[in-house]
Amino acid sequence: MNKTMTRVVGVILVIATFLLISECAKQDKPLLGSGDAASAVYVAPGDYDEFYAFTSGGFSGQMGVYGLPSGRLFREIPVFSLDPENGYGFTEETKGMLQTTFGQIPWDDAHHPELSQTDGVTDGRWIFINANNTPRVARIDLKTFETVEIIEIPNSGGNHGSPFITQNTEYVVASTRFSVPIPQRDVSIDTYKENFDGTLTFIKVDPDDGAMNIAFQIIVPGYDYDLAHAGKGPSHGWAFFTCYNTEQANTLLEVNASKNDKDFIAAVNWKLAEKYLAEGKGKTRPGEHYSNRMSHSTHMSTSTLNKTVVTLDPADCPGLIYYMPTPKSPHGVDIDPSGEYIVGGGKLAAVVSVHSFSKMLKAIEDEKFIGEAGGIPVLDYDATIAGEVTNVGLGPLHTEFDGKGYAYTSAFITSEVVKWKLGTWEVVDRIPTYYSLGHLMIPGGDSRKPWGKYLVGLNKMTKDRYLSTGPELAHAAQLIDISGEKMKLLLDFPTVGEPHYAQGIPADLIHPHTTKIYELEHNEHPYRAITEKEARVERDGNEVHVYMTTIRTHFKPDNIEGIKLGDVVYFHVTNLEQDWDIPHGFAMQGARNSELLIMPGATNTLRWEPQKVGVFPFYCTDFCSALHQEMQGYVRVSPKGSKLPISFN
Amino acid sequence: MIRRTGMVLIAVLMLINCGGGDSQPAKEVAPKLSPEGLTQDQLTNGVGPIGALTLGPLDDALATRGAEVFELKCVACHKVNERLVGPPLAGVTVKRSPAFIMNMILNPDEMVKKHPEVKAMLAEFYVPMTFQNVTEDDARAILEYLRTL
Repeated sequence: MNKTMTRVVGVILVIATFLLISECAKQDKPLLGSGDAASAVYVAPGDYDEFYAFTSGGFSGQMGVYGLPSGRLFREIPVFSLDPENGYGFTEETKGMLQTTFGQIPWDDAHHPELSQTDGVTDGRWIFINANNTPRVARIDLKTFETVEIIEIPNSGGNHGSPFITQNTEYVVASTRFSVPIPQRDVSIDTYKENFDGTLTFIKVDPDDGAMNIAFQIIVPGYDYDLAHAGKGPSHGWAFFTCYNTEQANTLLEVNASKNDKDFIAAVNWKLAEKYLAEGKGKTRPGEHYSNRMSHSTHMSTSTLNKTVVTLDPADCPGLIYYMPTPKSPHGVDIDPSGEYIVGGGKLAAVVSVHSFSKMLKAIEDEKFIGEAGGIPVLDYDATIAGEVTNVGLGPLHTEFDGKGYAYTSAFITSEVVKWKLGTWEVVDRIPTYYSLGHLMIPGGDSRKPWGKYLVGLNKMTKDRYLSTGPELAHAAQLIDISGEKMKLLLDFPTVGEPHYAQGIPADLIHPHTTKIYELEHNEHPYRAITEKEARVERDGNEVHVYMTTIRTHFKPDNIEGIKLGDVVYFHVTNLEQDWDIPHGFAMQGARNSELLIMPGATNTLRWEPQKVGVFPFYCTDFCSALHQEMQGYVRVSPKGSKLPISFN
Repeated sequence: MIRRTGMVLIAVLMLINCGGGDSQPAKEVAPKLSPEGLTQDQLTNGVGPIGALTLGPLDDALATRGAEVFELKCVACHKVNERLVGPPLAGVTVKRSPAFIMNMILNPDEMVKKHPEVKAMLAEFYVPMTFQNVTEDDARAILEYLRTL
């Protein structure tokens, strides 16, 4: 061998050695903070993320499901908005989920996801989310990732301070951002101070099946109620609500609602509310609202109109509610994991005010009141305050906790996360975000047990962060490593809609428990056809019901004749598959609604009103198998008055 | 020179012990495997939870129950005497062992991936046999029904 060969062999051997060393290095996961950011967020193909992150869709009305640390989007769950991709809100089964006293509402503005908790720890059973515009709260089952319930909130005008839960998911709370005449009536807007009120709503959650019912509403002065969080540990039994516009302005709020140096955090003793209700202090008032529930066995929603709600008036219920003055137009109210500190985001003050729960109780006992507002005692600021965090940036909005004694506040105007220490109130670190940070989220960061490894910043502006997509841009989220002393930016990823808040939870609390199929034996849909023998077409006047089955790779029936113009055809399609990830689609030419996407073992119904005479195909939209393109059928549409009888194969 | 580089490299490689790998116990005499890596038993009885099975006389009651399950879970794809999505099933109990049939019902994913004859069937029918959420008891009942065809 010559020298060149020798050199080549040498180089190959060196490379081989290097590769071997690299292979060994891979076996130990890089420690966060010591490796580079890319390896810290890298989830190898086929591996799983450590956390789920659930982001609100904001004006998309839906909920996003992401993995952390990868930032990969897994799914968008339809909640308050129509979703033609799977027929949500279009199918006969799901239409009812969007029913309200205003009719069927196809859209909303969803702000705050909130995971169910047991003993103050996220338990992975359900996630709740609010509709801001037409006040509602939805519950999503985390076994199926489907919206299974939506309840309307009456006597509310913008359900922003919602749906925050108590530590055992006893209640979901909902406060009204816009005060309104209660009951609604035709009055001059200038009579705001006399005629407008707010409500704080407590929705009872059934501990077994999660079913929601409004337990009571507290009628409160007509301010703008903004956000909420329930107490935990020692403060369990209380819930806290921020409010602004204590000026009670009804025009140009930017100026007129920003005059007072302090507005309030309302502290509500809901255990006392239960006692007052038991004593008969509740009043039954008009409060029409719909309750829409999806049945797991029939796959159909049922909408129930409730006519009334029970209200509590603070004047009849001493000790039920107190106001804690808090600077200035406070936005978030966040309770630390110990349950002792009540943190108010100053929004228009460059300070975060931290109230002490134990000092609050003492101040109530000692009657340290500085007056009343709308009949509600106002506590002395100095008597409840535990500390003020200064130098938190401008526009402090929200705070989450890492469970290691630190709090993280988002500063909107200065676009940064500010880390500070509970107890000493000193700022210890800060990191910029891109741009205009709203909410931030640490998995479990608003519970008794935070998993303080990552923080996700949810920004309002994106600007130059990604390749441009015209005037409209995706919003930007930033993943920050908070495991060490200094925060480190790891990842920047775009999000769907406009995430306001988010929630995170370790993946193993949800992933192993997911539903894979619906069992055919338990399908109780009234129009099911769980065997091909049951597939048929029935006429009932001008209504035609098609009991159809689908399995790789055919529909039964696949040819239907005897349909006439003027008929209303219902395709009830049952997916006979019993294997995971084998949904079938169903699309009918000219259908004015959507397709169906039918999960294994489920039955979904598409309503179709034929518009033209002729023969029109239908087909499977979800590429299910090698013979997917063969999955098709025809419907023959005859003129009105045709005598052709129904036939099918 | 080459020899020396090689020696150094071997020494380096010996030093780099990734660790973590379980040391292999002394190998027993390996059974003879098919080119696909299956044992003779797996070739006969299939891959899955069911081992070799000897059947007694036909159990009519079990076969009747099997026919009901078959009607619910199988007929969308299988007919008795003609091809539909999958092959006709008349005579299947003559062609295949009882355990093979049950493993095909209970563990189709792995059967399709590993068993050479099932792989060949996929190439013929294009749609893989699917798991229909059938319990082991129900699979046994289906087998009994298939014996009557």
